[in-house]
Formats: sequence, structure tokens, C-alpha cells
Amino acid sequence: MRTKLYQIGQRLLQAVPPVLGVIVISFVLTRALPGDPAVYFAGIAADKESIEQVRKALGLDRSWIEQFFIYAGNLLEGDMGISLNTGRPVLEELMTRLPASLELTFTGLGLAILVAVPLGVLAATRPGSWVDHLCRVLVTAGVSLPTFFTGLFLIYVFYYLVGWAPSPLGRLDILFISPPHVTGFYTVDSLLAGDWETLGAALAQLALPAITLGLFALAPIARMTRAAMLGALASEYVRTARANGLSRVTVLGTYAFRNAALPVLTTLGMVFSFLLGANVLVEKVFSWPGIGSFAIEALVASDYAAVQGFVLSMALLFVVVNLVIDLMLTLIDPRVGVEV
Amino acid sequence: MVRFLTHFRYVMGENPVTVVAFSLFALIVFLALFGPWIAPYDPLATDAASTLKPPTWAHPFGTDHLGRDVFSRVIVATRLDMGIALSAVLLSFAIGSALGCSAGFWGGWTDRVVGRLSDTIMAFPLFVLAMGIVAAMGNTVENIIYATAIINLPFYARVARAEAAVRRNAGYVSAARLCGSSETRILATQVFPNILPPMMVQVSLNMGWAILNAAGLSFIGLGVRPPAAEWGIMVAEGATYIVSGEWWLALFPGAALMLAVFCFNLMGDGLRDLVDPLRRT
Repeated sequence: MRTKLYQIGQRLLQAVPPVLGVIVISFVLTRALPGDPAVYFAGIAADKESIEQVRKALGLDRSWIEQFFIYAGNLLEGDMGISLNTGRPVLEELMTRLPASLELTFTGLGLAILVAVPLGVLAATRPGSWVDHLCRVLVTAGVSLPTFFTGLFLIYVFYYLVGWAPSPLGRLDILFISPPHVTGFYTVDSLLAGDWETLGAALAQLALPAITLGLFALAPIARMTRAAMLGALASEYVRTARANGLSRVTVLGTYAFRNAALPVLTTLGMVFSFLLGANVLVEKVFSWPGIGSFAIEALVASDYAAVQGFVLSMALLFVVVNLVIDLMLTLIDPRVGVEV
Repeated sequence: MVRFLTHFRYVMGENPVTVVAFSLFALIVFLALFGPWIAPYDPLATDAASTLKPPTWAHPFGTDHLGRDVFSRVIVATRLDMGIALSAVLLSFAIGSALGCSAGFWGGWTDRVVGRLSDTIMAFPLFVLAMGIVAAMGNTVENIIYATAIINLPFYARVARAEAAVRRNAGYVSAARLCGSSETRILATQVFPNILPPMMVQVSLNMGWAILNAAGLSFIGLGVRPPAAEWGIMVAEGATYIVSGEWWLALFPGAALMLAVFCFNLMGDGLRDLVDPLRRT
């Protein structure tokens, strides 16, 4: 137990350099604007006085190193500047929209895992069968599909042709009132409130965008599961387990899958990174009111503080996710950190 | 050379999918080079009399909301899409292999700096970082290329580093050292040419991703501006019409995009078979 705690502490320390790197890069990005950053941050309608004010407030009249510490200090206080579009603090804007995006991303990722892992396992246990071919086709097609295109295709089929899906506009049909705010996840909130109708409506809105994201995440997870399972099945411990006459379920579940799960878990970090990017596109296609849509609006309106706040918070979220995955690996894999 | 050709024929014969990929690639190159001359209509010519017409013999892919011929626009867009992706990939190939080679060959602090740099880039969700870069540097096509190049850099640097590190003390490197070549010269004339095959595989696999990335950026309104013909923008323009059933506006450019990416991914796998038969899956 003591070594585990030590390993966890060490892993937490390892997260410090990436966080510093992320902050440095986003500082460079905010200062790399062509022309005078103060003019940009003040907005298009700003007069000379307010530009000077912004210059003072951002510390743009000081040296680069001083500027960096002011920037980092502001971040520590949760100050990412003011969004020009809405006139509210960027952090506040991001926090109110984050649940919508997270609900979508996690549902998509969950769907992908639910389909991809069994598919990969089946493909690996029956090489050359139709499952294996299906897996291969899905994997190759999945990495080639532009997410925004899949989303539009699903809208056309399930909204326009078949008419099963509600109109692809936002998280809830306008006929419904959003459930009382607890977690910000509409599905969870309506469950907590016991409001089944709203839950159904929220799920109906969530289905298509989540499937779009799921299809996108499916390919890398299935590919990795198949490869890891093939590796595990070819190993000596599985051969020994088989030779000892253990049942097929025990061999596959306990011996092969447990070992194969580790590389799959590691891949999830990378998949999550791609999902955060794909999320932006899917939110645009389905008019989902998450941080991706917010960032696109900000980009179009040259609202720099908002865009950089978005990039920074996504990067920090990604660092946290990687950290959580690594900590899970440390906890479930007895070999992690053991000197060979 | 003869041995390479035999091997090439063998790999092609083994995997008919690779043949399809290479043929598709030839088609894409052809369209990118000669697209403007093949397209039956002017991709920018509007025609108020025939807007939003479904596919017919005169307009195989239909017409868009301004009466422009979708077929011609899809063909002409090939050059712009490929141009963006290719420039970005070449840029990150050049910089990435230079950085990665030096890191792998010399090790020490060069290695640490390059490693730290690519780790930092990889700490971002890459598409999001590209959005941030374009926002900071300005919304132009060149900046789309730079942004795509930057987010691809770590992949090249890592492959180049790993391959160069293996060859650091290879026989031919020692021989060149004995002959009195300078270290930089050895790196450029002995190590770099030898890591080219695995790097080319990386280029092909990466190209598909670069195309998707650039199209995604223009889909959200960055880089290429309308009325230019570009697949991402065409899908974005068609998106408004899909809820009212005009599917051909978004479907054909989207399908072109998908085919191009598919082709590069398959070709990457094929190239890997050619270069490194051991890693076949």
C-alpha cells in the first residue's frame, strides 16, 4: 500500500511539467497575435482610452517575463479575461457550458467502449471469421470518416427520412423545460428529479450526436482491443491456463482480457484527446450548446480571450484525464512501477 | 531495383486493397493537377434558374443553393484540399525529421529539449490546439497549413528520433566517422537517407489525418473562405440544407473527403508492408 501511495504521488508530480508547458504555450498564443494584442483584446469597437486600459490590465507594457507571471497569476485566480461576445468572464461562460459538452463526450465514449471492446475481443478470439472482417472494415472506415460528415448523414437518415430523431437543435426540445440544475447533465438531473418525460426528451436529443462521437471513437478502441487480445491469447500464460484445463470463460476473461485491458486503457487517453477535438465539430453540426459551439462563435467574432480560455481549459482537462487513467493503471496493474 | 519491383508486385498481388488504394491515389493526383480543365462547369458560376436541383445527367452531383455545379466544385476542390494537406505534411516532415534526427543522433540536451517540446504539443487535444493557433495567428489558409504542421510535428519527431537512435552506432556510421566526415555530414548523408522508408510510411498515414484536420478547420469557418471550392466548406454549406432533404450538397464533397482519407490510410498500410514486412497485421 505504501509503495502504491508513493507511486501515486510520483505520478501527480509528473503532471506538473505538462501543465507548465500548456500554460507557457497558451501564454505564447495569447501574445503571438499579429499586431497589438491590446487592440485585439479590447475588441473592435474600443477607443484609444479603453485600449490603454486593457494594455495596463493585461500588463502588456511590461517585460515578457513579468507578463508571464501576471498571466499565470491571473489563471491561478481563475481569471481568463472577459468574453467580448457575451461580456461575461470567460471562466464563467466555460463552466456553464462544460456539463453539456462533457455529457455528450462521455456518452459517446461510453457507447464506443460498449461496442468496441466486445467487438475487438470477438474479432481476436475468432480470427478470419465474419466478426473479424467486420471489425477490420469498421476500423478502417472509422478512421476515414469525417465526424461532421457522419453527423450530417445520421441527421439526414434518422431525422429527415425516417423521422425517429427530434430536430437536431440543442439539448432539449423547446417544449420541455430544462430539469433543475444539480450536475448540469440533463439526463442525470431529470433522473434525480424523477421527470421521465424530460429524461426521454433529453436522451432523444443526445442519441444522434453521441452515436456520431461513438462511431468516431470506435475505430481506435476496437483496433487496440483486437491487437492486445491477440497478443494476450498468444502468450505463454494463456497457453498454460488452457493446458491446465481451465474453462474458456476463465481463460478469456481472467487471463487474457485482464492483461489486454491495460493497453486499451492507455489508448483511451489518446482517444479522449481526439474526442475533445471531434466534439467541437459535432456540437456545430447538432447546434449543441457546449463549449465547442462557444469556441466557434468566439473564433468567428475574433473573441480571443474566449478562444484561448477554451484551448487552455481543454488542455488542462486532457492532462487531468491522462492523470486519472494513469492512476487507474497504477491501482489495477501490480507491475506498474516495480523495478524489473 | 529489380528486387524491389518483384517485392512490390508481390505485395500488390497479396493485397488487392492496396492496388485499389494506389489507383485512387493516382486519380486524386490527376484531379488535383488537371481538375480545372476537366470540370464541366465553372465552379464559381452561379445560375439562379437552377438552384438546389437534385442530381441529373447534366449535373451528376446536382446543383447548390446558388445554382453552382456540385460535381465541378468537388473536382476543382481536390487541388486546394490536397495542397493544404501536402504542404502541412511536408512542413512537419522537414522540421520533424530534422529535430527528431538530431535528438536521436546526438542525445543529451538536444534530445531532452525536443522530447519536452513534443510532449508539450501532445499535452493538448490536437484539433483544439490547431484552433487556438489559427485564432492567434490570423484566419488565413497559410495559418491553417502552419497549424496542421505544428500539431503533426511530434509524430514525425518521434519516429525520426527512434529510427536515428537505432542507427547512431551502425557500421556505416562508424565507417563514415573513420573517413573523417563531420557529425552533421554523417547525419545528413548517412543517417537521414536510411530513416526515409519508415518516415514515408508515417507521411502517408499522416496525410489522411492532415486532410481531415484541415477540412474540419474549414468546416467551422477557419481558413478557406467562401465562395472558394473546398470540401470542408462545401459540407458546411450543405449542412443547412440537409434538414430539408437536399442531401447532395453535403454528401458528395463529404464522400470525396472520405475517399481521399481512406485512400491515404490504405496506402500507408500498403507502404508499410513494402517497407517493413515484419509489422504486417
